[in-house]
Amino acid sequence: MIAGALLAPLLPGRARGPWLIALPLVALAVIWAVPLDAMSSIEFLDYTLTPWQMNSIGRLFATVFAIMAAAGTLYGLHQARPIELVAAQIYAGSAIGVCFSGDLITLFAYWEIMALASTVVIWSNGSERAYRASLRYVVMHLFGGVLLMAGIAGHVTSTGSVAFGPLALDRAAHWLILAGVLLNAGAPPLSAWIPDAYPEASPSGSVFLSAFTTKTAVFVLWVAFAGAPILVWVGLYMIFYGIIYALLENDMRRILAYSIVNQVGFMVAGIGIGTEMALNGAAAHAFAHIIYKALLLMSAGAVLYMTGKRKCTDLGGLFQSMPLTTVCGIVGALAISAFPLTSGFVSKSMISQAAADETLLWVWLLLAAASAGVFLHAGIKFPWFVFFQKDSGLRPPDPPRNMRVAMVLFAVLCIALGVYPAPLYAILPFPVDYIPYTAAHVITQLQLLLFAGLAFFALLPLMRRTNTITLDTDWLYRCLTPAAWHQLERLWLALRRIRDTRIQPWWQESLLRQQLHAMLTSRFSARATIGNFVLLTTLVLLSYLVLYLLF
Amino acid sequence: MKRTPHWLVRRSTIRLLWIAFATVLAATVAAETIGDLHGHFGVDASPGFSAWFGFGACVAMILLAKLLGLILKRPDGYYDNRDP
Repeated sequence: MIAGALLAPLLPGRARGPWLIALPLVALAVIWAVPLDAMSSIEFLDYTLTPWQMNSIGRLFATVFAIMAAAGTLYGLHQARPIELVAAQIYAGSAIGVCFSGDLITLFAYWEIMALASTVVIWSNGSERAYRASLRYVVMHLFGGVLLMAGIAGHVTSTGSVAFGPLALDRAAHWLILAGVLLNAGAPPLSAWIPDAYPEASPSGSVFLSAFTTKTAVFVLWVAFAGAPILVWVGLYMIFYGIIYALLENDMRRILAYSIVNQVGFMVAGIGIGTEMALNGAAAHAFAHIIYKALLLMSAGAVLYMTGKRKCTDLGGLFQSMPLTTVCGIVGALAISAFPLTSGFVSKSMISQAAADETLLWVWLLLAAASAGVFLHAGIKFPWFVFFQKDSGLRPPDPPRNMRVAMVLFAVLCIALGVYPAPLYAILPFPVDYIPYTAAHVITQLQLLLFAGLAFFALLPLMRRTNTITLDTDWLYRCLTPAAWHQLERLWLALRRIRDTRIQPWWQESLLRQQLHAMLTSRFSARATIGNFVLLTTLVLLSYLVLYLLF
Repeated sequence: MKRTPHWLVRRSTIRLLWIAFATVLAATVAAETIGDLHGHFGVDASPGFSAWFGFGACVAMILLAKLLGLILKRPDGYYDNRDP
């Protein structure tokens, strides 16, 4: 797929689109043609690498990545710049590569290709803001890459094995790997890169971005750190961070970016719980999430593309002239909120069920509260402020046909998976013994969500959008560090000025300088004697002794 | 010339929507008696648990967000002159 994408610029413009859509579909066919547990290995330096290893969890993630790449390309076919589509293809190809990596070195190589290709995707939007955001993005990911590499190096030195498999959190190297991966998942404290960078990409660019980086991180966590208790709390933090920040946000695509953190939080918490039910749930949720989040970003992208506006304060009333986009946006919103008959319902509930099975009361309660919160921040807030609320007077039509087809395709998938989850359950890594559609589950979920809706409309005055942004940890590296650096520079300049104006003239004229000068030139020049060196050495040793005794 | 508002945003429709919404809300709580609700922990088997819990959680989250917003919100162009 990567090689195919690199060929794409050579093709004439007309053939390029179909070629780029066909590539992921061919990849999908290959993924399903290869039997489970097939693998390849090559010798590289002193290590045996496994660049290709088929297993059920890798296949699940790779499948949805390939579907995503094809639909995303269709969506951006006539709107995105060619370089963006090519970069997105490389990005998706390397994400699939991560899924099939059998060793840590291959994984790291694909990981870094992903970071670079995704940076190009952001960059290709062409605006100054996008360029600056892409720089912050790539610095963040290279830092994550350094953590990961350091961890891998430590792991390989201590165990002698490069195999990619479960890692116990018993040594510093594994913690480093965990930190590097969590950075890509958007975990605290460095989660600000998601809402910083993703909404600066083009309409189709953010659709691609939403799918791969965070979910490959989920994949690696799933394989390496399943059942690590710390992940439950990291996940819960991400869930509520996403909700609170999305509630405060005004930019529609930033709302959705925060909700990526929120949704990945559900998966991370599921991985932390670590039972078969929870792991199945996390994997299924990643699958469903990629599709409905892409759908949401497609509808937001369609609005941006047709109106050129991105803030809730500038939008509203669009349902009158963009009915299809509105319906697709609402389907995505219902799916992310896990309404019955949508894909979110059949996947997210497995994670809650796992928490209940393990009698983790607090985790279960927080997950339930969070489910209501998802409906609040993404399920209602996004469609309400973009398509309804006040009438902004804008009357753009629905977007061009390729965008509409991609949206409808994913909307249908969201509902199909919700109505008939059996195919999804069949490709999960563990056998599924779970029935989502029980009367009790449907009723409680409806109660939870509809009363969340009541809270939204009852407190609507408190939800009024303001033209603001919300500070996050990125303030530390966007404001505090540059400001501190600036102050240091000023201090340095001031010190130099004092030296030039005050100390230097005084020193030039001082008696001490003249005496020292005379002494040094007379003693250490031509007539330097052994006695002088002995004196000097003794002085140095004495001062060393004094220092040693003092400290 | 003033456009007539879309039927969906007319005052009468919104009133109707509220009534329908309230009915559905009541129906979901009433449906508990029909469906066999057995909680996992005890606390969640109390009547209308999901309803009041969902509502309460959302109100709490909105208020918390509002409170944090007082401290953390900045004008939209905040980073424009600050980015390195």
